[in-house]
Amino acid sequence: MSGRAAAPSPWLEDWAKGVSLTQRVEVFLKKIARQAALNAFVEVFEQSALERAADIDARRQAGAPLGPLAGMVVALKDNILMKGHRCTASSRILEGFEAPYSATAVHRLLEADAVVIGRTGCDEFAMGSSNETSYYGLVRNPLDPERVPGGSSGGSAAAVAAGLCDAALGSDTGGSIRQPAAFCGLWGMKPTYGAVSRYGLIAYGSSFDQIGPMTTSPEDAALLMQVISGPDPYDATSDVRFTFQKSEHGAQERVVSLGFFPELLEGSDIEEPIRKAYQDCLERARILGCVLKPIELPMRSWLVPLYYVLSTAEASSNLARYDGVRYGYRSSHGETLEQMQVNTRTEGFGAEVRRRILLGTFVLSSGYYDAYYSKALKARALLCRRLENLFNEVHFLLLPTTPGLPFRFGERSADPVKMYLEDQFTVMANLTGHPALNFPWPCAGDFPVCGLQIMGPRRSDADLLAMAGRLVASKF
Amino acid sequence: MNQDDFELVAGLEIHVQLHTDTKAFSGESFEYGAPPNTLVSPVTLGLPGALPRLNARAVELATRLGLALNCKIREKSYFARKNYFYPDLPKGYQITQSETPLCYDGYLEIEDENGQPMRVGIERIHLEEDAGKSLHDQDPYETLVDFNRAGAPLVEIVSRPDIRHPRQAYNYVARIRRLVRWLGVSDGNMEEGSLRCDANISVRPKGSPALGTKVEVKNMNSFRHVMRAIEYEFERQTEALLRGEKIHQETRTFDAVQGLTLSMRSKEQAHDYRYFPEPDLPPLVLTPSFIQEQKAAMGHLPDDIKRLCLHEYGLSEYEADRLSEERLLADYFLKLLDCQATPKEAANWLLGPVSQWLNEQGQTLADFPLSPQRLATIIALVRAEKVSHSQAAATLLPAACLPENQDAGLEDLARALGILMEEMEDHQLRQILLEILDNFPQKVAEYKNGKKGLQGFFMGELMKKTGGRANPKKAGQVLSELLKN
Repeated sequence: MSGRAAAPSPWLEDWAKGVSLTQRVEVFLKKIARQAALNAFVEVFEQSALERAADIDARRQAGAPLGPLAGMVVALKDNILMKGHRCTASSRILEGFEAPYSATAVHRLLEADAVVIGRTGCDEFAMGSSNETSYYGLVRNPLDPERVPGGSSGGSAAAVAAGLCDAALGSDTGGSIRQPAAFCGLWGMKPTYGAVSRYGLIAYGSSFDQIGPMTTSPEDAALLMQVISGPDPYDATSDVRFTFQKSEHGAQERVVSLGFFPELLEGSDIEEPIRKAYQDCLERARILGCVLKPIELPMRSWLVPLYYVLSTAEASSNLARYDGVRYGYRSSHGETLEQMQVNTRTEGFGAEVRRRILLGTFVLSSGYYDAYYSKALKARALLCRRLENLFNEVHFLLLPTTPGLPFRFGERSADPVKMYLEDQFTVMANLTGHPALNFPWPCAGDFPVCGLQIMGPRRSDADLLAMAGRLVASKF
Repeated sequence: MNQDDFELVAGLEIHVQLHTDTKAFSGESFEYGAPPNTLVSPVTLGLPGALPRLNARAVELATRLGLALNCKIREKSYFARKNYFYPDLPKGYQITQSETPLCYDGYLEIEDENGQPMRVGIERIHLEEDAGKSLHDQDPYETLVDFNRAGAPLVEIVSRPDIRHPRQAYNYVARIRRLVRWLGVSDGNMEEGSLRCDANISVRPKGSPALGTKVEVKNMNSFRHVMRAIEYEFERQTEALLRGEKIHQETRTFDAVQGLTLSMRSKEQAHDYRYFPEPDLPPLVLTPSFIQEQKAAMGHLPDDIKRLCLHEYGLSEYEADRLSEERLLADYFLKLLDCQATPKEAANWLLGPVSQWLNEQGQTLADFPLSPQRLATIIALVRAEKVSHSQAAATLLPAACLPENQDAGLEDLARALGILMEEMEDHQLRQILLEILDNFPQKVAEYKNGKKGLQGFFMGELMKKTGGRANPKKAGQVLSELLKN
């Protein structure tokens, strides 16, 4: 992967031409205001972004050395903490909460001289696939405002796709980076579990959550990964062996074996435009000289249930801290401590978050633990082994990111199970910790673009970007 | 049936706060009595996005304690979350260990109520974090919460239900406290809550193999409280059974003022803690070499010292007990032996003059300014009869402890203090003694008439004249000779 050399991104071109960063930030601020109807941002960090841009401009003028992200303007999902700024997970329960420390990923962005322009809306506590559960209102898809941008990192996806910033960070617990990236035509990376520190990311499902980049090019995604990934002593689950290495998979001469799932090409489980795109991409891979290997999707009917049992169990515990005692929203109703806590949580959390807390509490309860949580843990271990074995046979797996194109508002929100099935192709990578990348692919349906997904062995994050970059470059 | 037909069955759960520089899962210190909410990091406060990271020192100390309690050490253990809501529990869960405690299957030797040795089984020792403190008495209307203690490292030591008498419980807690202090694992201060004890208490008819329904008693802040609570519960439960009532499984609290236990919550009100593996922490893996290192660092234990004192050094039971009470004292004792003091001398000096000096100064052995080497030199001066024992204890030791004398040669110091018994030539001694006898012809006559006790009088005169420098043994011989003639 050549980083900055090939196909420069617009921001890099501007930077190379000497366009003032302050001026770029001002343009973005105007665009954000003009596109307010998208509701991509919960809050714009206007003042701090301008100050930072001016500082970087000044340092460039002075000929001082600058970090690799100098010139890039980035948005943060509203669940990634930046010191001195509010962060709410788009929930009422964190109303007014100001971060007293920065997430490790944000700290590294700032060290690399990125400008952070604001925080973007998401499904409340990253729980959702449509951005309809945010306390701050729904976010619209810039490619079609009648449709959802996907979720939960929908605000980040909309902001990047609408050109309101150069790139964004999202978080992915069951597909929350990849699905909105697919819906908005972006590159969205769910890194290897442990590649990017979770310190300062508001937890949903701790053993699933990863922060990752959402960009318009694989080069930008790689650059962001280079900056934000790597071991962090503040996250005990961070992978000390992870380095974001340059990949050999972009090179032509290497014979690459790709696993694919014929059942998805044959059945009617996925919408026709997606099926066609998948087929098209496989064809493209064949032309590029890849060896295609048919594979059965492991434990397919278990994936979504497994994910919802385990992630909600963790969520029920992770969200216990929001009790009105120390920070955030506190209900003014109730005489006793217990009433205060119950009312705070009932009023502070939205319906979907409450549903998942209840579900998670249920599967951990005595009498049900063995039937649900414990069994799901065992199935998860089995799935991990199955996938490890698969990656002994093939370099990568290629599959759709979503079963369908972006849906219209309200279409799925009445039926949680239908909404949960939106995650059927994305949860696998979170269950096993493998890296997975959404890349845009042209679409033959009533929507211009869809997303396909490539998965690889642990720590192959750079390879995924290189391989998908090759596929996409051959198409466009 | 009466009360004598019943048997007590009790097990204890002891929480010990580990003596580490920082908290169990975050980098700030904790300190009893610091201003409220000053030792609170994002991790401690359970802020969004904060993550725990394990304090390696806490693992070392817990491992040492486990080894000292004859436990097996688990090479791979997991942390778990114990979920419940309480204002002083910032995250809504406590990080603890559930299925896989770090240490398990050990025992502690104690004395039973008759002074006979017995073993109390240790079921498990696990690592966990402390909660904050709810303050109900700081404000007339509000309960306030202090999170300084939240996240402090704890171990919980769970005994098997091997306790059959309240006195055994007292001895057990006392032994645990001595051990944690000895190992430097904790200060074991019960008043400040660094050592807290809960008891599971049941009764059953003597000879019955089945266990009765157990009652958990909390809030006992001293060894005596533990004993009294168990005494009270034994009576309460046996009386209830004798009345034909059933014992309800419940949690009770000990009221020290009234000397009784009161119901807190019944089994039906018990929490469902929803334990599950802590996803923020990887499994804790201990290598065999780590465990070996902890064993080496642990050093000798109180019982080793006691055994040594009794069987190798021939000291008394009292001396052996005293020397094995505190590690600093035992270590000092062993170092004195290394410096050529005999066990008897070392024990006498430490438990006698040194203890007395420390008491007078209001200091502990940790503050004692004399190195074992220097104390051994004083002991050697006494042994060589250069300084009398009483002068050494009353004059030389306090003088040697003064900062200005810390580098002074001890024999020179004794000379300067005028208490050094010089090697006088026999003829010098004889000369002085003859003068004395000349001065007291009356006494000499009385002596010769059989009043042998006057020897002490002459010796006293000799010491006055020589300023205590005469060797009493030699002088006695010369005096006897002179008085014979």
